[in-house]
Amino acid sequence: MPLSYTIAVIAIPLLMFFFLGLAGVKMDKKLTGVLGVIGMLITTVIAYGVALTYFFGSDQGQVADGVRQAVVVFNPDWLSFTKTLVVRMGIMLDPIAAMMLIVITTVSLMVHLYSLGYMCDHHGHAEKGFQRYYAFLALFTFSMLGLVVATNLFQIFIFFEMVGLSSYLLIGFYYQSPAAVHASKKAFIVTRLADLFFLLGIMILSYYTGTFDFDQLVFGPNGANSLEVAQSAIATGGGATFLGCSVMAWALTFIFIGGAGKSAMYPLHIWLPDAMEGPTPVSALIHAATMVVAGVFLVARLFPLYVIEQGAMEIICVVGAFTAFYAAAIACVQSDIKRALAFSTVSQIAFMMTSLAVSSADGGLIEIHGGHGLGFMASMFHLFTHAMFKALLFLCAGAIIHAVHSNENSKMHGLHKYMPITSIAFLIGCLAIAGIPPFAGFWSKDEILVACYAKGTGWGIWMSMVAGMTAFYMFRIYFLIFHWKKHEVHTEHAPSDQPWTMTLPLIILATISIVAGFVPAHDLVTWDGKELHTQLNWTVAGSSVLIACIGIGLAFKMYYKENELPDKLQARFSGLWEAAYRRFYMDELYQFITHKVIFQGICKPIAKFDRGIIDGFFNLLASVTGSAAYGIRRLQNGSIQSYVYVYLVGALALAVITMVCVLI
Amino acid sequence: MNLTLLMYLVPSLVMFGCGVYGFLTRKNMIAIMISLELMLNSVDINFVVFNRYLFPGQMDGMFFTLFAIAIAAAETALALAIIINVFRVARKVDINELTKLKF
Amino acid sequence: MEIFSNILIYFVIVPVLTLAGLALCSNKGIKAIRTVAVAGASVLVALAIYLVYLFLQARGAGDTSEMILRTDVTWFAPFNIKLALGVDGISVVMILLSAFIVFAGVFASWKMNPLPKQFFLWFYLLSTGVFGFFISIDLFTMFMFYEVALIPMYLLIGVWGSGSKNYSAMKLTLMLMGGSAFLMLGLIGIYFHSAADGNLTMNVLEIAHNDAIPHQWQLWLFPLTFIGFGVLGAMFPFHTWSPDGHASAPTAVSMLHAGVLMKLGGYGCFRIAIYLMPFAANELAWIFLTLTGVSIVYGAFSACVQTDLKYINAYSSVSHCGMVLFAILMFNTTAMTGAVLQMLSHGLMTALFFALIGMIYGRTHTRDIRDMGGMMTIMPYLGVGYVVAGLASLGLPGLSGFAAEMTIFFGSFEHSDMFHRVLTIAATCSIVITAVYILRVVGKLLFGAVQNEHHRELTDASWEERLSTATLMLSVAAIGCFPNFFVNIISDSFLPVVKALGAMI
Repeated sequence: MPLSYTIAVIAIPLLMFFFLGLAGVKMDKKLTGVLGVIGMLITTVIAYGVALTYFFGSDQGQVADGVRQAVVVFNPDWLSFTKTLVVRMGIMLDPIAAMMLIVITTVSLMVHLYSLGYMCDHHGHAEKGFQRYYAFLALFTFSMLGLVVATNLFQIFIFFEMVGLSSYLLIGFYYQSPAAVHASKKAFIVTRLADLFFLLGIMILSYYTGTFDFDQLVFGPNGANSLEVAQSAIATGGGATFLGCSVMAWALTFIFIGGAGKSAMYPLHIWLPDAMEGPTPVSALIHAATMVVAGVFLVARLFPLYVIEQGAMEIICVVGAFTAFYAAAIACVQSDIKRALAFSTVSQIAFMMTSLAVSSADGGLIEIHGGHGLGFMASMFHLFTHAMFKALLFLCAGAIIHAVHSNENSKMHGLHKYMPITSIAFLIGCLAIAGIPPFAGFWSKDEILVACYAKGTGWGIWMSMVAGMTAFYMFRIYFLIFHWKKHEVHTEHAPSDQPWTMTLPLIILATISIVAGFVPAHDLVTWDGKELHTQLNWTVAGSSVLIACIGIGLAFKMYYKENELPDKLQARFSGLWEAAYRRFYMDELYQFITHKVIFQGICKPIAKFDRGIIDGFFNLLASVTGSAAYGIRRLQNGSIQSYVYVYLVGALALAVITMVCVLI
Repeated sequence: MNLTLLMYLVPSLVMFGCGVYGFLTRKNMIAIMISLELMLNSVDINFVVFNRYLFPGQMDGMFFTLFAIAIAAAETALALAIIINVFRVARKVDINELTKLKF
Repeated sequence: MEIFSNILIYFVIVPVLTLAGLALCSNKGIKAIRTVAVAGASVLVALAIYLVYLFLQARGAGDTSEMILRTDVTWFAPFNIKLALGVDGISVVMILLSAFIVFAGVFASWKMNPLPKQFFLWFYLLSTGVFGFFISIDLFTMFMFYEVALIPMYLLIGVWGSGSKNYSAMKLTLMLMGGSAFLMLGLIGIYFHSAADGNLTMNVLEIAHNDAIPHQWQLWLFPLTFIGFGVLGAMFPFHTWSPDGHASAPTAVSMLHAGVLMKLGGYGCFRIAIYLMPFAANELAWIFLTLTGVSIVYGAFSACVQTDLKYINAYSSVSHCGMVLFAILMFNTTAMTGAVLQMLSHGLMTALFFALIGMIYGRTHTRDIRDMGGMMTIMPYLGVGYVVAGLASLGLPGLSGFAAEMTIFFGSFEHSDMFHRVLTIAATCSIVITAVYILRVVGKLLFGAVQNEHHRELTDASWEERLSTATLMLSVAAIGCFPNFFVNIISDSFLPVVKALGAMI
């Protein structure tokens, strides 16, 4: 399939957005959904065709000398800032873009299909706003696809904003619920704040390098990532520094902050748990599989620059490692199933970030030292597998929520008997994320841990510990939902497996979660386009499986059958438990800063100052003029008799003066 | 007895003074108009007598006076019309009470 | 006569003819009034599009003269006052913007009551002034049209406004007239120094080429003209007419005022103050940069706590118009192009905002966001329109605000000294604050539960309202999706002024 067909992959969702958004209003609701699924199916087929052609074909210039290179199929100018600094809107395929095409279209198709069932009530009637929902899904898919095929940094920024918008619209889909409105607003503003830094980063970077285009920033002449090119791009900074750090380090750190906002890295993660107010399939698509990895994608895209500018890389490493632990700790105590999954997502994305950051181990160029870009490959691989099994977990959660009408796991318990397919699919997802072979997560997480150990044993142990926590909290959720005790039926219908539109995606994603680990990622998505020779590190693999099993065993002991242990532990560590449950008070902190400091402390005084002082000054000016005029007006009182008095007196006075003058 | 210029001018001055006084002190519009006419007529007298005594060969002052009388008549008619109309609307002719058009 | 062969003069003739046509209509004949008003606006839009075509053709044919379609007609020989017509890329797009907003404004005031005829008369008089200002390049003619555009505002707000309309109308007129007084002084000063050889002229191009204004005079005249126009451009601290004025003005007037009239300020600052006095511009830029930088952030913060829809937009205008002047003062082609894009963008998007607010107000009879909620359920079309306007305002890619703001930021960032950097970063921060207040309004007004049960009976937009808002929405999207089309028209027109400024450093 010609690679230029990628244009269709981008165009179809956009057209679907306009078609469903404008014409869909008059159409039958179900029909719009079916049309949406068909449109997405076509997109997926083309995307697969294009991506597979890219990876396995060889006739379109994508492979030269055994190196996979970036292929630009389309790149018109969009906005010229100056004659040389031009924003282009293009389509570029390289290994990670092609992989992302597969990830996005797969999950999006699954979600499209799943939503046909999910967005209906129990009688099969479509919800209000059904066609709007599908239009927004199409918009999101378009934006995300546009993001991954971007040819330049600014295009990524543009689509960062666009995915932010789609995320906003979909989180606030139930716009009559105040919580959803609040959550959508929060998501947009927090990511906007991050995007502000992203923008500043782009501004600094483009000021020195004079370009946005990746082929001048990171791609070498052979069309693959090149450290030499990155080196010369960094060198354009000319050693300029700001507050002791090089300007390029600032730029790259700012760009990372932009990515961290989307990817919910600490401390910009606060929007993601709230974003769970949106419909669950949306959480699966946007807030688990695709949009939240945009930050990882961004860092991966600029990977050579970060490798050269190690300072920024260190920051990413620390932030990633901390976030992984922080989110895992919170996920261990959440009672809301979607929030627990959300924190799990944060933790897993942090894994990917850390993996990218440790990829350039030993602080030098990775070709020279031992890193070999293993972390890069591992990160992208984990991105791929995580998208699949996390989407699966979210869709399972959606099925459960649809069945019991609650997010709280206290309303669930013992569902295994009622929803066997969902239960098995969820179990597969948990095994995959916990890193049990041969499920997908094992392979990718193992590579990440190897990369972390390569940087330093401390990093490796830390991440292994988080991996153990992952296994624990996932199985905690699993056991609490499907076992623990007998289910008490709360609604008139007993919960059951959902219709085929919802079950089929679960089965497909579960299958992928089992087999995805065998995808030859080390051949396909390496940082320099060359094949990376890896072999299983048995020490790391063995220990990580052992740790995962300990985590699962602990969860089994505590949560499989109803018992007192969790409550006892909670009472024993009540302070810690409470803090973790309240997410270590980050939301309260943000609430304080936004409301008390910014709103009450800045906005209100400024508004008062404007009305009181500035406007008051002009009003004062007006009233002074007015009263002066009023005073003068008294002379002009309209009574002719007083005028005559004045006239007479004046005339006489003049006469006297004249006489005096004449006489003297 | 021979009438001198002064013997005309003194009554004329008195008339003018009465007119000014009346104009300044009266509040009734009719009275104000009468005062106005007094002043006008005293000036007319002056015109005539100055013409008669200073330039006996010419008639300019006489004619001027005739014009002034005609204009005074027209003006009085106009003023009366206004006053009557104001009275019809406002039911009063006191200038201190007629403040409706004032800012 | 020669002048009638110049298409530009028709931008004044058409509104005047429309005025005459309206005058002939009877007071009761609402249909005839509407027909005439729509006909006038449509002709203007067609003319404006044709003008863009002519301009592109001329540039395509290699005509690199600074202004095209030049015609001079002497009005008053002793002072060398001429009706000097001529346009460059900037005026062309401003004319296009004005035509579209007049068009949308006519439909937005479709059900104007009372006295529709008189309303449209003043409306078109205002338009005459606006178009006249943009087509002329003679100081006197520009000033005359400027005043023609300002004065009708008093009556339009005083008679057809709402709320404390007398106060607002008076405040707006007085403050703008105060600005005009400064401006007039400045213009007279420029005239008397316009040529070194005694051949005084009012023609902007000639004055610029003569470059004869002594430097010590420039230092006086530049602030006078800049503040004169800056008042209309809502520059801090001369912006306070804007919230009250907009709040009281009827819909179409708010649209025209925020959409076009405020642009006269930015345009004048550039065309007269900076172009004619590059020395003083370089010397004094820091003062005005600081003021406009404050405008941007200050307007945005103030908008965050307002509860009246129109106040929110008025403060938002302060912020966005501050951005225009800010970018103009950056003195490079990129930022200045961004300024014009921002004028276009802000014009269309604010017009859209005010149109929608007017339509919502016409139904609910309140503009207080605390009394409203869940409007999206009740009037989905208007709700979607409001969201689109909001997204354009907070700079979403694909809508006009993004292209404009990005061009400004990247242009401003070309300055490498600390002062400009700090201001640029402060201005950039406004994109977050804008997001805060826009989403706050959208959340309170459109989403959430319906606050007032009576609102459930309200209807969605009628056809003329849809037409009016759809025109604006499409224009906003057109700029956002194809910014390079506009950039190409605009950017070369800045070369002379950038060159003049560069020569001073």
